[in-house]
Amino acid sequence: MEVHLEHLTKRWGKVVAVDDLNLEIRSGEFVALLGPSGCGKTTTLLMIAGIYKPTSGYIRFDGRVVNKVPPKDRNVGMVFQSYALYPHMTVYENLTFPLKLKKVPEEEQRRKARRIAEMMGIGHLLDRYPAQLSGGQQQRVALGRALIKEPALLLFDEPLSNLDARLRLTMRAEIKRLQMELGITSIYVTHDQVEAMTLADRIAVMREGRLQAFATPEELYERPRTLFVAGFIGNPPMNFTQVEVIQQDGQYLAVNPDMRLAVDPDRGSRAAGRGRVIMGIRPEHITLARDGEPAHLEAEVYLVEPLGRDDLINARVGKETHLHFLADPALKLRIGDRVRLRVDTSRVQFFDPETEQSLLWS
Amino acid sequence: MDEGALRTGLRPRQMYFLMFLMTLLTLPIVVGYLWIFISTFSRRTHGLIPVDIEGRPFRGLTLENWSFLWQDPNIWKVTLNSLILALGLTVGVVLISAMAGYALSRIRFPGRKGFLALTLILHAFPSVTLLISIYFVLRWLARIPVVGRGLPLIGGIGYNTLGGVILVMVSLQLPLGIWLMKGFFDQIPWDVERAALIDGASRFLVWRKILLPQIKPGIAALSIFTFIAGWNEFLIPYTYMTQQEKSTIATYINSLLSETAPVNYSQVAAVGLFQLLPVLLFFVFTQEYLLSIFSGGMKGGA
Repeated sequence: MEVHLEHLTKRWGKVVAVDDLNLEIRSGEFVALLGPSGCGKTTTLLMIAGIYKPTSGYIRFDGRVVNKVPPKDRNVGMVFQSYALYPHMTVYENLTFPLKLKKVPEEEQRRKARRIAEMMGIGHLLDRYPAQLSGGQQQRVALGRALIKEPALLLFDEPLSNLDARLRLTMRAEIKRLQMELGITSIYVTHDQVEAMTLADRIAVMREGRLQAFATPEELYERPRTLFVAGFIGNPPMNFTQVEVIQQDGQYLAVNPDMRLAVDPDRGSRAAGRGRVIMGIRPEHITLARDGEPAHLEAEVYLVEPLGRDDLINARVGKETHLHFLADPALKLRIGDRVRLRVDTSRVQFFDPETEQSLLWS
Repeated sequence: MDEGALRTGLRPRQMYFLMFLMTLLTLPIVVGYLWIFISTFSRRTHGLIPVDIEGRPFRGLTLENWSFLWQDPNIWKVTLNSLILALGLTVGVVLISAMAGYALSRIRFPGRKGFLALTLILHAFPSVTLLISIYFVLRWLARIPVVGRGLPLIGGIGYNTLGGVILVMVSLQLPLGIWLMKGFFDQIPWDVERAALIDGASRFLVWRKILLPQIKPGIAALSIFTFIAGWNEFLIPYTYMTQQEKSTIATYINSLLSETAPVNYSQVAAVGLFQLLPVLLFFVFTQEYLLSIFSGGMKGGA
């Protein structure tokens, strides 16, 4: 099912929760709504589900305006962060509740429940009550309940936030697999950019009720159009420094009191002559220079955060410019060590400090 | 007992001391009940000891005080009335409170806050002050044809009918019931309700099939309290029904006291015990529910 949001707005009194949101979701697509808490993503989801009524604008399912259609007639399934299982019903009764309301014959209910339970790996739990299940099992039941009525649209509201880290990875993979197998159009709300990047075909980044970007994960990562998107996507987050880009001897240099960095002419030319701009460099695009290799920057190790596979190094360039990058723990970098750094300057980003828009992509 | 000791973190000796203290404090009440029980089977008593007319102890045991059960047909009439009053009150209060509590907990409508504040004031209002004005309301209601005083079983909803007493008591009990039910609905997370709406339920079905079962302990507690309140109520039936010995058990007891002839306290005690028995039995079977409102939290999907 195609979902179109047109100028969708939701106000609570004077507070604008969702502001003129436009989104076109293709049939079978997996879209993530990504943003910090309070950015209006859950409000958007609940409007699509029919729980909240939009203040203005339209929601279209396959072209049909559904603003006034009650939730039960929208043919959507939803999975909640809190699982929202019915505590007084067994797993079987939870699963078949949507079917019972549709007056599906009992025999068919049993058949469908068995198939869904099989698919979700909860076949042995049918007689239990939600309170007797672990968090992961509860979430599987919730997912099964959303799937059993074969909805045209699946909605997820941070379904993995209440699970422990390990289980989250398993469930994430499972949701991805299920969605690909079943091909149901899905909208997934999350504040976790890793979840959004791994699951979604396209990500809608929201901030303070407004859509910041709507693009594929690669696009958001490689060509962020705003400073906010650049900072929000990617882990560890992008480094930002104020620089001025000047042209000298046919080279483009990003200059501030702490450093002079020759940057890729394609990118540098767009930021040159604009006075102060914000330069963004992803931690993964900074590496330690090997012996004999020329370095772009010299820095002093300021902080070392071991992440296991890598050490996250906070290095100080000059007096007050700090850059984060990842280093092999085997190198055993210590605070105060001098390091020589190379920067993949063909991948640096430039932003206007006033409008926070990218100078490279528009 | 072990579990209790573990949970409170008290040593057995401290536990015994506390139990001794509580026994001491409840002793006056226990003695009171004991006296009622003993005196119903005695001609006279000296303290807790039954005596006969000459004052010899442990004599004069008799069933005479219970003779009202087979000699006065009014007792069965008032028992039935008390039962109807208690049941009618319970059904009315629970039904209306459960619906109003849901609306006040879940729906935003103009006047909601004011209504809640007003109900709270109404709950604090002493009902005695309303007696006279309610009397006029009931007199007026009695003039409505059929409904006023021509209904079977409850008589009607006007003055001097059982239905009228139920009506007044329901309205006096409602503020507490509504607040209690609202509190229980408030504890149920929104997501469960949303999930049910998306699963295809209407608002009414959500209330009936998803929310009501989850607040069962609350409904049970409210039912029990209301039932007992109705069973024991004296003031309202006493005021609005004219024949004491024919309205409810509480007024029946009062009618035994108010005669000019010397009062047979042993008989009063017997009727009192007769009124107490169903409540006691009721309590034994429902105390689990009553306790569950204090200890039970929401399970699953918080």
